[in-house]
Amino acid sequence: MSSPISAWSHASQERVQTILDSYPEPRSAIMPLLYIASLEHDRVSPEAMRQVAELTGVTPAQVASVASFYTMFKRDGVGEYLVSVCTSISCFLRGADDVLEVVEDATGARRGETSSDGTFTVEHVECIGSCGGAPAVQVNYELIEGVSTDNGRKLVAWLKDTKPQVVLADEMQQLFGGSRSFDWGGPEPEGAIAPVPAFGPYGSSGEGR
Amino acid sequence: MTDLILTARMTAHPADSHMIDRFVATGGYSALRKALTELTPEEVKDEVKASNMRGRGGAGFPTGVKWGFLAASEPRYLVVNGDESEPGTFNDRQLMERDPHQLVEGIAISSYALGIGHAFVYIRGEYPRSARRVQRAIEEAYAAGYLGDGILGTDFSLDVTVHLGGGAYICGEETALLNSLEGRRGEPRLKPPFPAVEGLYAKPTIVNNVESISNVPWIVNNSGTSYAAIGPERSAGTKMLSISGHINKPGNHEIIMGMTWRDMIYDLGGGIPDDRALKTWIPGGASAPWFVPEEHLDTILSIDDVAANGSMIGAGAVVVMDETTNVVAAAHRIVRFFAHESCGQCTPCREGTRWLEDVLKRILDGRGRPEDIDLLLDISDNISPGLSWPPAMTTICPLGPSAVSPVTSITRWFLPEIEAMIAGGGDSDG
Ligand SMILES: Cc1cc2nc3c(=O)[nH]c(=O)nc-3n(C[C@H](O)[C@H](O)[C@H](O)COP(=O)(O)O)c2cc1C
Ligand code: SF4
Ligand code: FES
Repeated sequence: MSSPISAWSHASQERVQTILDSYPEPRSAIMPLLYIASLEHDRVSPEAMRQVAELTGVTPAQVASVASFYTMFKRDGVGEYLVSVCTSISCFLRGADDVLEVVEDATGARRGETSSDGTFTVEHVECIGSCGGAPAVQVNYELIEGVSTDNGRKLVAWLKDTKPQVVLADEMQQLFGGSRSFDWGGPEPEGAIAPVPAFGPYGSSGEGR
Repeated sequence: MTDLILTARMTAHPADSHMIDRFVATGGYSALRKALTELTPEEVKDEVKASNMRGRGGAGFPTGVKWGFLAASEPRYLVVNGDESEPGTFNDRQLMERDPHQLVEGIAISSYALGIGHAFVYIRGEYPRSARRVQRAIEEAYAAGYLGDGILGTDFSLDVTVHLGGGAYICGEETALLNSLEGRRGEPRLKPPFPAVEGLYAKPTIVNNVESISNVPWIVNNSGTSYAAIGPERSAGTKMLSISGHINKPGNHEIIMGMTWRDMIYDLGGGIPDDRALKTWIPGGASAPWFVPEEHLDTILSIDDVAANGSMIGAGAVVVMDETTNVVAAAHRIVRFFAHESCGQCTPCREGTRWLEDVLKRILDGRGRPEDIDLLLDISDNISPGLSWPPAMTTICPLGPSAVSPVTSITRWFLPEIEAMIAGGGDSDG
């Protein structure tokens, strides 16, 4: 019997086992495995959902029903950089709508759309827990707080021009951020690992997909 | 006032408060050692009960009392709620990113007290840094023998698993969270049964907020009665407040409750930018009814005083709005949030929130009708009959009734402004 994921990277296959081992019931692994599968497929594709179903012993329809409930499982895929602008109440009070507009203009992608060259997907999101540093923006879920319209434009230009392989919150905050919700403490070491590689290790490519 | 209990270490050691070496060097894991080697599980539970700490996730239920409901059958689970998604709230993020070992130590002590061998931390998906830091702290704790098999040479063993959410506010509701952790859609369950009896995998489960659990090491080190002695009688201990909006010093503050809102906004918060006038504020997150300066500046900031005035402290999110704020636009933003986050199981919530959003939007767009104000209240009354506080519940969870708060707030305090907007053709800012 061949593994449903023999085509996956070695690292992903190892993490699949670690994840399955960390829950009393395999079904609990659906969400973390969807994140890994979406790294392998660049989106939560039907094939990705089939593989997760096989790994967790449920039907593909059950996985699809879970995946469709959560906004972060991107079934249609996203551009290289997913730019999420918070427009919830505290960011709204601090001018987030203007930031969203300049991001749309600079990327050429309207909210909910991907730019024609596949570089950017822009979305407006509800509160991302950074209201003390409003307006807040995330690129591939890495945070920048206190983003002015001017810096929103510069951020997009920088992503376009330098095409960073990886995006680092510490770096983007320093270049384009303003006041923060709180002192972030010491910079994060590159390679820091999230419990599931939704974002890959901090500082590795493939983040946010 | 920001270095009392929870934020002491991060204030003193900003660069490395999240690392195990700094944690241990500043007294970290001494409470775990004390609990495991000097106290029985019952004695730890007694300390937490004596602390009178009320849950920090919003509902304010006393943690020690909740722990007493945990059914005896095995296995049992602890689930820490780090979903923090209520607009205005960002204090659990600080606790997870800046002092994750404090949380891990709290998890280990709580699990020991409750006879639990597997704990979970549910962190919202949009918090990758929190997830990395908590994960790293857990790995460091395993390596140092504070987690895993035979902790500190005793026969107590514990595994901790971090679970990432997928971007859904409703997963902060404890039964939705448990469904999500089981690999299901994050839809709230009908209660009873309560999680303490039938929770994760239908096993007895305690769900506690990140801040609640982060207080446990201090309580064990200093005693429950010392904790209870801090602050007003029924608002014991410190509370993390997140302040945002039109305020000079936005951010998190660890406070002792009992100050007035005037002190909170003008002293702690540094007042309103450019000395503009205060128009209204939300005392406890998007779900809470709003306060206004004419009525509430001298109200005491405590769980009970805020409740007596028709609102709540919730998870501690204060959103301040100055005189330039279009209150219809602000209410629309909050209602839009709830409409977006409704899980759709209950018709009044699913349909009602969307309808409220549409009516507010058309008022903003200049298409409002005089009868829209009554319509807003009518829809609200269908979601939360009687429009009382705390809200009457016809839905499975309180999300639906929460969506009504901004509507009843603006119709109560700013009626002439809404009427003028309807008469004058709206405002395009929405
Ligand atoms: C819609 C909704 C969202 C909630 N979101 C959160 C949350 O993000 N974090 C949290 O700790 N509690 C949240 N709660 C409260 C939880 O259901 C639960 O009461 C809490 O986690 C218990 O922990 P505590 O007793 O330590 O406060 C939410 C409740 C509702 C109804
Ligand atoms: S009140 Fe709303 S969010 Fe809560 S269960 Fe019902 S539909 Fe879902
Ligand atoms: S409102 Fe934007 S981060 Fe909270």
